[in-house]
Amino acid sequence: MKDKIAVQIDDLTVAYNYKPVLWDIDLAIPEGVLMAIVGPNGAGKSTLIKSILDIIKPIAGSIQIYGKPYKKQRSLVAYVPQKGSVDWDFPTTALDVVMMGTYGSLGWIKRPGQKEKKAALEALEKVGMLAFKNRQISQLSGGQQQRIFLARALVQNAAIYFMDEPFQGVDATTEKAIINILKELRKSGKTVIVVHHDLQTVPEYFDWVTFLNVKKIATGPVKDIFNDDNLTKTYGINYKVSVQQ
Amino acid sequence: MNLQEYIELVFTDYTLRTITLGTAVLGAICGMLGSFAVLRKQSLLGDAISHAALPGIAIAFLIIGTKNSAAFLLGALISGLIGTFWIRGIIKKTHLKSDTALGLILSLFFGFGMLLLTYIQKMPNANQAGLESYLFGQAATLLESDVWLMVLVTGISLVILLLFWKELKLLLFDADYTKTLGFNIKFLDILITTFIVIAIVLGLQTVGVVLMSAMLLAPAAAARQWTNSLGIMVILAAIFGALSGVVGTAISASHNNLSTGPVIVLVAGVFVLFSFIFSPGRGLLFREIRFRKNRSDLQLHKTLSFMYNIAKTHEDTAHPHAIKILNNFQGFTRKSLQKLEDKDYIKIRGTMWSMTDSGYHTAANLYDQLIKEEDE
Repeated sequence: MKDKIAVQIDDLTVAYNYKPVLWDIDLAIPEGVLMAIVGPNGAGKSTLIKSILDIIKPIAGSIQIYGKPYKKQRSLVAYVPQKGSVDWDFPTTALDVVMMGTYGSLGWIKRPGQKEKKAALEALEKVGMLAFKNRQISQLSGGQQQRIFLARALVQNAAIYFMDEPFQGVDATTEKAIINILKELRKSGKTVIVVHHDLQTVPEYFDWVTFLNVKKIATGPVKDIFNDDNLTKTYGINYKVSVQQ
Repeated sequence: MNLQEYIELVFTDYTLRTITLGTAVLGAICGMLGSFAVLRKQSLLGDAISHAALPGIAIAFLIIGTKNSAAFLLGALISGLIGTFWIRGIIKKTHLKSDTALGLILSLFFGFGMLLLTYIQKMPNANQAGLESYLFGQAATLLESDVWLMVLVTGISLVILLLFWKELKLLLFDADYTKTLGFNIKFLDILITTFIVIAIVLGLQTVGVVLMSAMLLAPAAAARQWTNSLGIMVILAAIFGALSGVVGTAISASHNNLSTGPVIVLVAGVFVLFSFIFSPGRGLLFREIRFRKNRSDLQLHKTLSFMYNIAKTHEDTAHPHAIKILNNFQGFTRKSLQKLEDKDYIKIRGTMWSMTDSGYHTAANLYDQLIKEEDE
């Protein structure tokens, strides 16, 4: 069974301009799960991830990665931001973006060398983008850009992966390709946490789920808690989703 | 004065040599650091900083009472930095958007600076100061020591850029991600902003408060058109900046009374215009050419697929058909049929056409190819 806790969150509260975005969140994410964070727009899903990654400063609460604060555990964590958060017209190539995943382990000033390049090429191959390695990133399709972001996180070779809407605006083929890689990560014992919007695919893709709407509504195995009751509590309307299990 | 005489003069005339060298180095450092401002979408920051520097110059004069370019630089630097941090403060602490904050600080500081300038001009020793030359710049006042200072600062910022190249690139592309990897983005931010402020302040004497931001942005905007690599962009921007300086100085020196700063800025503007039109990847001209070529290709494909639909109903695909049957179809002309024949897709005999094997095969796979090209 899953007993080791990868991410432990206690009493987390985050506010923008005094308006609470996350309110008193307690959450324990077990090691080795593939977890979806679901909730309506403005529920604080991205904020939760950004707080864990120390991008946003919470006003209260503590977050621990394998029992220690994030600052001490950076090397264990990889992040895939929302695709729309960067300017894809930036003058650089696909390979170069993936290489950025190695910068953390390199540290200040040291330049990436052959070893880092090899790792980046391997990651590109894993996401099926090796043929595009020298492509200027603005000339990639939305799905390809998403794969590049995924490859950049894979290069970090972390234990926990945080992904902010990796399926946003990608076609069915890319979605399948990405979810297969995520499932592979889980199989090799990694923990994967995904902000997800498509409720229909939750039971198929994920084994763990957290319902979030400013407060934490529920968290646990998909087969136990992914039901109309929790969906209604989260989305506020009488939600009926046809769940095939 | 012809070109050869001018070039000789640059090497022999002390003043002209100093100005040429100064504007070249200034153009280079502004182009280099301007690339970062442009890619961070902080183009307007340069404008705000240069205007914010004006009260610093005036206050420096009020304190020491004489014209001293080192003191002016320091004053401009301090007030430029104060302006920058206030802009950041306003954006962070209030709900105001960055363009509002920039506009606010720009006008407030510039207004205060102008107020001080008019006050100084009423003072008895004002005429010796020549402070108003900081508005539009006066390259003729450049001294050799000013040029050396520019070279020194350019050297330092080059070393900084090379040292922190990886970190700065990451910050420009994805600041949040940079933070998760453990890099101190506040430090990087202050580092690059400080150097941008220094570059601006160095240029005030030559180009002036009002036009300085163009020196920062124009070479970078031009360079972006020619390359998809950050490194090459920075190098190109430095070259464009330096050339603007040299060419602008030459034009203004060979036509009496033309003010150097505006001419340099206009030359940089010509670089931008030329790049926007003629750069192969992103330029308007090549985009139009590609667009037309695509359109004529599509026209050909349309005709070919129309023929294909006729030909495929026959057992023998090379069976000849009258050109007349294409008449109701608008996508063909004599010329396009000729093009298709040149490509060996069809054969024309008199008023009849027939499809070749290669034409038939191409037409059958036309849309597959389109998909393949996109996937590639």
